[in-house]
Order: sequence, then structure tokens, then C-alpha cells
Amino acid sequence: MSAREVAVLGVGMHPWGKWGKPFVEYGVHAARAALADAGVAWTDVDLVVGGETVRNGYGGYVAGATFAQALGWNGARVATSYAACATGAQAIDTARARILAGLSEVALVVGADTTPKGFLAPNAGERWDDPDWLRFRLLGMTNPAYFALYARRRMDLYGATSEDFAQVKVKNAKHGLANPYARYRKEVSVADVLGSAVVSDPLHLLDICATSDGAAAVLVTSTEYAARHGLADSVRIAGISTVTPTFPNTVMDMPNLSTDSSLATGEPERTFKASIGHAAYEEAGVGPADVDVAEVYDLSTALELDWIEDLALCGAGEAEKLLRAGETTIGGRIPVNPSGGLACFGEAVPAQALAQVCELTWQLRGQAEGRQVEGARVGITANQGLFGHGSSVVLVR
Amino acid sequence: MSVTATPAIDGWFTTGPEPALVGSRCATCTTVYFPPAGGFCRNPACSGEEFERVELSRRGTVWSYTDAQYQPPAPYVPAADPYVPFALAAVSLPEGLTVLGQVAEGYGVGDLRVGAEVELVVETLYTDETGERSIWRWKPVVEMGEEADQ
Repeated sequence: MSAREVAVLGVGMHPWGKWGKPFVEYGVHAARAALADAGVAWTDVDLVVGGETVRNGYGGYVAGATFAQALGWNGARVATSYAACATGAQAIDTARARILAGLSEVALVVGADTTPKGFLAPNAGERWDDPDWLRFRLLGMTNPAYFALYARRRMDLYGATSEDFAQVKVKNAKHGLANPYARYRKEVSVADVLGSAVVSDPLHLLDICATSDGAAAVLVTSTEYAARHGLADSVRIAGISTVTPTFPNTVMDMPNLSTDSSLATGEPERTFKASIGHAAYEEAGVGPADVDVAEVYDLSTALELDWIEDLALCGAGEAEKLLRAGETTIGGRIPVNPSGGLACFGEAVPAQALAQVCELTWQLRGQAEGRQVEGARVGITANQGLFGHGSSVVLVR
Repeated sequence: MSVTATPAIDGWFTTGPEPALVGSRCATCTTVYFPPAGGFCRNPACSGEEFERVELSRRGTVWSYTDAQYQPPAPYVPAADPYVPFALAAVSLPEGLTVLGQVAEGYGVGDLRVGAEVELVVETLYTDETGERSIWRWKPVVEMGEEADQ
């Protein structure tokens, strides 16, 4: 066991959906579930890290304290993280840093959100210096339009088809059927996807993930604490990557209007997305060949294929081959998104990266009923947040 | 577009018969930025603080493309009611960067492919109480031979 590991003693979630309740309620539900899962009393928690939500007023900006108060002030230290879609990974990284520094021992990491319907739009007001505002004002560039750019490149460069993208949805829908936390639990056919409206060519409505309410919580402790409580065999976090891009960032990233120029400096060694997984592998001391299961951020079906390559689970342009051969389905060589992924959940921004960790914890414990990847010992998550936030967590058992 | 149209944003592009994007070039390391940047050079190996405005190449190649079949949410301002879908392209320029833009009126995803050549034009984005507002757009360059086929 590496000295830089922390133990995941408990995980918990509130089912994803559109429940119309305050985010705090979801968060506390998930937190209590994680504590119960670990068998650890709330009064033992000495650090709370909250994932910030930007659409729920002041309570959302200080989410860590909001959850701590709702659970009943216990004097714990508190922190709040915000890294857009990568919020959860940054929050866990904060917890891990204090634990490894010996400053905290039992950390509760919570993310929860209540999300509006439809396109995610920027906050109100005129902001001529904010790319997230300008992209809508000057270009009408929505999130699905960025996803569509990546999808189209796969088609023109690698020969991907709309049927391939639809097949990702079919697979993930099947994976999520038995997941009690998934919002959509219904089989989907290729014809269903291709028959749904085109939102941004080539992506159909069913290629693009919805936005959801949801919450996830992870109880992280020092490995010494886990051993003292007879839980030395628990799942451990072996690596967390929260890397930023390396200049020049040459791939178009949401919400930017342009990339950096590589003319004066040359191309970077890795694209930003490839560097995210690379850093997680390096830290964990494992490689792509060791990975048994992956949870990747399928904001769109095609994006799942990009992530598979960015995690080096196959070469560039080979993800469709893997998909067509059933290798990314449970039972295949490298199952991807056994939880059902965002396709079955819809995105609850500050909770989503934590939900990935919850799923891999269940997978590595052998508790993922109805969707278990047999014998999984090493799992990796991948995700990216707006404005240069990498997110990848390696879990081992 | 009438000649009185004003750019939807100041200083990002020129108008006239040969419009171009306006970037900024670091006087120290020569890295080019669009939208034009000031202040501090973002190249981590450069401590430059002086920039000069430069017009970027008017032609580039398509990195990728898509369209907006549904009306984007505010602050997007629809140009017409009912809404008319438009195409979008990310275009790689000889200056080593890729720039997003809407695709010129009358062209859709069927007119584009990765690697195809496009040229910058300026067209009306929307009209509000202050008049017409213009924006840069990418227009497919039709080769002589292809034009004859159409």
C-alpha cells in the first residue's frame, strides 16, 4: 500500500431525477447514506468538503458549511470547492491533502445540485469580458454545439457513424437498467436515438445528456483510521488528477471562442484531456493495461469514445472498433460506464464526479448489483470542468 | 447587411471589403492571441507585457463544424422570428490557433468538411434598437471547378 493512499470507507447517493427539492436535502441524504455505509458516526467527521453549486444562492456558494450545518454543527473544519464539472474531484483532492498532511483523519465530501431544464445557460447580466457569456451572445454556441464539434471530427477523421454514437447510448441504457440511483432506467434502441431530433448536427437529442437533480457523498479517511476500524481491505484512492492544461491548449474547449496559438511555442506533448488521465496513472503507479473498469464523462455519446482514447484504453481512432466488438460493455475487455453514465443519470454538476467515485467503489467491492464488472480491482474516472479543470480518480482494491 | 452596421463587439474584427479578425501579438515571444489580449503574455515561458494588434489570416481550414437546430438561450439574440437554424465552424488559421464562428448565411453543415478551406466574411448578427450589429463568419471557399458543377 502506498503511503499516499486514502481509504474510501463509505459512499452514498440521492437518486438522480427532477425532484424539485432544495439541494441541501439531497446532499444530507447522500451524506447520511455514506456515513451509514461506513458505519462511522457524524460526530467522528473532522472535515467537511462541499462541492459548490452556482445556481442555489449563497448557501450553494458555501456548500461545505451549508451541509455541515444541516448535518448539525460538530466543530469540523470546512472547505468548499468549485471546478465546474470537475468539482467533485477537486473536493476529494482537498480532503485527501489534509488527511495525508495529518491535519484531518475523517473527511466527508458532499456534492448536490438542483438544475434547471434545457440548455445550461450562463448567469444573468451583461458580461462582455466573460467567454461563457460571449459565446452565447456572439455565436449562439451552446454546450451541445461543442460536443457536436468533437463528434463530427470522429466522423470525418475516423469514419465514426451516427449508429456508433447511438450504440453508446444503447449500451449505457442497458448498463443503467438495474442502477437504483439512475434517473433513466429504460432500454433504448439505435432507432430511438436516430429517430430523436437533431440538436446540433450530428448529435441527436438522445446522444446528449440531460441535466438532473442529484447528490453524492464519499467518506474518505486515512488508511490508519481504516485499519484501526478493521477496514484495512477497503477501497483506496491511489491517484487524483486535477491538472490544468499545458500551454498552448490547442484543442477547442468549452466555453472558449478560440484555442491558444502553437506557432511560437510548438505543440504540447499531450492534449489537455490526454494529460488528465496521464497524471492520474502516474500518481497511482498503474497504467491503462491495469484498468478493469472506467467511468467517463459522457456528456454526449461521442464524447465517451474520445475519453476511452484519452485514457489510453485504446489508440486514437480505435474506440469505435472497441465499441462495435462489445469490449466496452459489461463482460467485455474494458467495461465503460457500468453505472449507465450521464446517459442514464443526466448531469448534476457538483455531484457528478463524486458519483463516478461512488460507482467505482461499489464495483471494486463487488456490490454493483445487476451491473457488476466481475473481479474489478482497478478503476479510473475521467472528466473535465470548464476553464481548465482536469478530473480523474484512480481507485484500487 | 447595410453599411451602417456596427460590430457586435468592439475591436475584434475589421469591416470593409477584406474584413479580418484582429488579434494581439506578444512583442516578446510573438505568440498571437484571439480574442485580442492585453496585460500579460500567457505563454508560461514569456514575461512579455507589450502587445501589438495584428490582423489574422482571412482564410483557414475547418477543424470541425456543427449547427444549432434549436434557438440558443439568452444572451443569444435571435436574428429572426421564427428562429432560423445556423451552422457553426471551428477554423484553424495559419497563425496556429483555431477560432469559432458562425457559418455565412446560406451555408449549412452539408457545405463543410474537416480540412475544407473557408474565408472570413462580416454579416449581420442581429438588429436591436441601436441598429444592425455585425459579426465575423466563415464562408466556404468554393473551388472554380466545383462552382462550374453547381
